[in-house]
Amino acid sequence: MSDPTGDEATNPYRTSLRSAVDWGLVAIGLPILAGLAFPIAERSGESVGWFDGTAAPFFLVGLVLAVIAAAFAPKRVWGAWVELAGIAFAWLLPVHLMNGGLMLSDAWGLWLFLLGTMLLLWRVMAVLAGVPGWTRSVLVPGLFGLGLLVGWEFLVTGFEVPAILLPAPSRILVAIIHHAPVLWEDFRQTVLTSVLRGYAMGCAAGFLVAILADRVPFLARGLLPLGNLASAIPVVGIAPIMVMWFGFDWQSKAAVIVVMTFFPMLINTLAGLGNSERIQLDLMRSYAAGYGRTLVKLRLPNALPFLFNGLKINSTLALIGAIVAEFFGTPVVGMGFRISTEVARMNLDIVWATIAVAALTGSGLYGALALLERVTTAWHPSMRQR
Amino acid sequence: MTSRALPVTVMTLLLLLTWYAGAAWLNWPQAAEALTRAGKPAGVADVLAQAYAMKRPILPTPDQVMVELWNSLTGYAPTSPRNLLFHAWVTAEAALTGLAMGLVLGILLAAGIVYTRTLEASLLPWVIASQTVPILAIAPMIVVILGNIGLTGLLPKAVICMYLCFFPITVGMVKGLRSADPLWLDLMRTYSASGMRAFWSLRLPASMPFLFASLKVSVAISVVGAIVGELPTGGQAGLGARLLSGSYYGQTVQIWAALIMASLLSVALIAVVRGLELVLLGRAGAR
Repeated sequence: MSDPTGDEATNPYRTSLRSAVDWGLVAIGLPILAGLAFPIAERSGESVGWFDGTAAPFFLVGLVLAVIAAAFAPKRVWGAWVELAGIAFAWLLPVHLMNGGLMLSDAWGLWLFLLGTMLLLWRVMAVLAGVPGWTRSVLVPGLFGLGLLVGWEFLVTGFEVPAILLPAPSRILVAIIHHAPVLWEDFRQTVLTSVLRGYAMGCAAGFLVAILADRVPFLARGLLPLGNLASAIPVVGIAPIMVMWFGFDWQSKAAVIVVMTFFPMLINTLAGLGNSERIQLDLMRSYAAGYGRTLVKLRLPNALPFLFNGLKINSTLALIGAIVAEFFGTPVVGMGFRISTEVARMNLDIVWATIAVAALTGSGLYGALALLERVTTAWHPSMRQR
Repeated sequence: MTSRALPVTVMTLLLLLTWYAGAAWLNWPQAAEALTRAGKPAGVADVLAQAYAMKRPILPTPDQVMVELWNSLTGYAPTSPRNLLFHAWVTAEAALTGLAMGLVLGILLAAGIVYTRTLEASLLPWVIASQTVPILAIAPMIVVILGNIGLTGLLPKAVICMYLCFFPITVGMVKGLRSADPLWLDLMRTYSASGMRAFWSLRLPASMPFLFASLKVSVAISVVGAIVGELPTGGQAGLGARLLSGSYYGQTVQIWAALIMASLLSVALIAVVRGLELVLLGRAGAR
């Protein structure tokens, strides 16, 4: 609605100052201009200005040149790329200052400058979001995430936030590399052993029972309300019970996962099986196709989007189930074990590294399923919109 | 409704039957051992009776759990830590605070996404990615970290609930805010209504059914979040703390009672949302 390239640019009757000046750029320039009046760093109690012997002006000029060059670019998108390069260059300034051993916590000039670069990044994203396809769906979210990470890094290191509260992303990365063998062992125990087995068993059970319930409607009518009720129950709470029953190893984790994933899969499969249209079913009938053939040739393919929905929900649930169950008892390996013990020892680097691994695993599983869904259901009407 | 009553009853009965059978099967070795140690006759009926009446069974029977629940609810004042209502209230408080925070965050994000194309392209994928992070698994960690900066008690749990709740609300509201009929939006334009006016008078009311659908999902996961958030606090108050202390001391009946209480709490909260929906949407003429 307030998009400057929208209404105002296309409306020929509104050529006032409002549209003649690039107000977005002015808004970005203001904090940077204001920042020039403030110090950009502090060296042993004395503040350092923009022109006090550091290479700071170099970075400032680089950014300004990039913006000017972008303004003369023949295409807006090319300009955006140039601006992006300028932003990346400008982000080297705090790195340069910190390498010189300067303190940044009172450097308001620098922070206003960085605020300006973030606003410029927003502008670049706004331009790139107008480019359909790969740029819009992958690059723009990627830039957004990059902006968040860079902001996190600069704020945490610049203001010297104690690592016990929130370590910088770079520090987490170092911890991941440093503790790689331990993290790999945990990953193997939690994900490759517990999660995959439990996930496969739970999803398969939900799927098979759904097929059975589809064959026997009485079962479906009885199970669906129970399934809806189960989605309201905090199933994670059975973790201590399962650990008591099945012991500390992967069996108890798999059991928790089976219970957690069973009903989502059941409900989604049943919904998917009910998704075929009357006319399609009639066609199968006119081909004299039996129940089994109709199921395999028509109803299961039609149910695929629902199946994938259940699988995607369950991928996160499975990871959660395994890690929470590990809080209640585990052999001395596993992500949940690592988190709970290292938190108690205030060894937070490795905890954050484990969390990062868990986050990447969760996103990876989800992404892999989404990709598989794209490949296998490209023909489905629900994919046509994209 | 009546066509469902029979199957549901049958399935519930089947479930209860399996439960009793499972309890007998799982508790059998322990019960038999206890009887032989006490030198009592160990016939099938005796062992079965023993298996159904153990103090710390591996799987308690439904009636044991119900008795424990009933005793806890009626035997003590609601403010006593021995009453499960007290714990349920502690959990519900955190869950509802988190839900309120998630509601505000979710609606703000949804409004941003609906009105700004850049946000839609850049933020929406991250909103989805945020839920692939097993936040429940790292919830205890968040409680500890927030505890380090002096935030204890209700707030860390509420933050976890908020993280879980905002997702369904954002997704639902994005759909809801876009669900206003284009014809009506055009009508608003012919009235020369401002964007704000169109939002308050048209888009927001149109999104209410979507909001309530999301709220029902959010309330349930908010309760889960609060319970898991209570696990690392070390057994002071809340249903999660009851679960943990039950697991430490092998009090299976207590664990099951806390679980049933948690389910009742979720169901009750969902019913409250449902009631609100009926009243509000009924008044707005949506039904």
